[in-house]
Amino acid sequence: MNSLHQYLLFSALLFSVGLAGALTRRNAILVLIGVELMLNAANLNFIAFWRYGPNPEALTGIMFVIFSIAIAAAEAAVGLALIISIYRHYKTTNVDEVNELKG
Amino acid sequence: MSPVFAMLAAMTLASAIAAMSFRKLVHSALSMILTFSGLASIYLHLNAQFVGLVQVLVYVGAVAILVVFAILLTRDSTRDSSVRSLAQSWLTGLLVAGAVFGTLATAIIGSRALDRALPQAAEITVKKIGEQLMTRYIIPLEVIALLLTAAMIGAVIIAMREKERK
Repeated sequence: MNSLHQYLLFSALLFSVGLAGALTRRNAILVLIGVELMLNAANLNFIAFWRYGPNPEALTGIMFVIFSIAIAAAEAAVGLALIISIYRHYKTTNVDEVNELKG
Repeated sequence: MSPVFAMLAAMTLASAIAAMSFRKLVHSALSMILTFSGLASIYLHLNAQFVGLVQVLVYVGAVAILVVFAILLTRDSTRDSSVRSLAQSWLTGLLVAGAVFGTLATAIIGSRALDRALPQAAEITVKKIGEQLMTRYIIPLEVIALLLTAAMIGAVIIAMREKERK
């Protein structure tokens, strides 16, 4: 097993930890933290592939990660604003209790 | 496996697991900061210095502050975390995450396309990144600028206190 494998395995593990957190925790802020962890795992994949890729001068992986971080920042801002807004309405951040759209 | 990567990976993974399993939200946020710092050092280890510094600025700086403020503004942890902090379907969630990791790991270990040696590190300067951003990636850059503006205005409008209903 060479080192590209170890970076990808590490990022898969980080992704699964984030996914497990996003699926099992009840607090909306923790769900958002889990999503951020998953995004970071994907970014690490881009950087690892860029480092081991045949043409590192092209900078494609780096550019993708920079744009991805910018989008993640926007997503975090809107997500946390939504959580604050939900908290004002329902007085809770528990995702199990916000179920008015349930059929 | 280089010892540097082993140490960074162990620290990042341990803090990620801690962030997802602490009961108190503030402890989770602090572990999350440690995870992001670990990832930034892994980027530095992978010779992507600019991305590592951007990670520190954006995640350890901005996103962590946002999360801490959101925790501050939504203080129901006294009521919530003492009872149960896991969702009703936590076992299913854990199984799904395990299955996802199993699938990814099988694909990664079985892949032969990944067997490649570490190439010579390219000289990546901020100047090059800036030139590329201003030439080849100028349209994505403008779109991102628009998206960020829209997201910030949207976040402010969503979180703005609504007027009292009569």
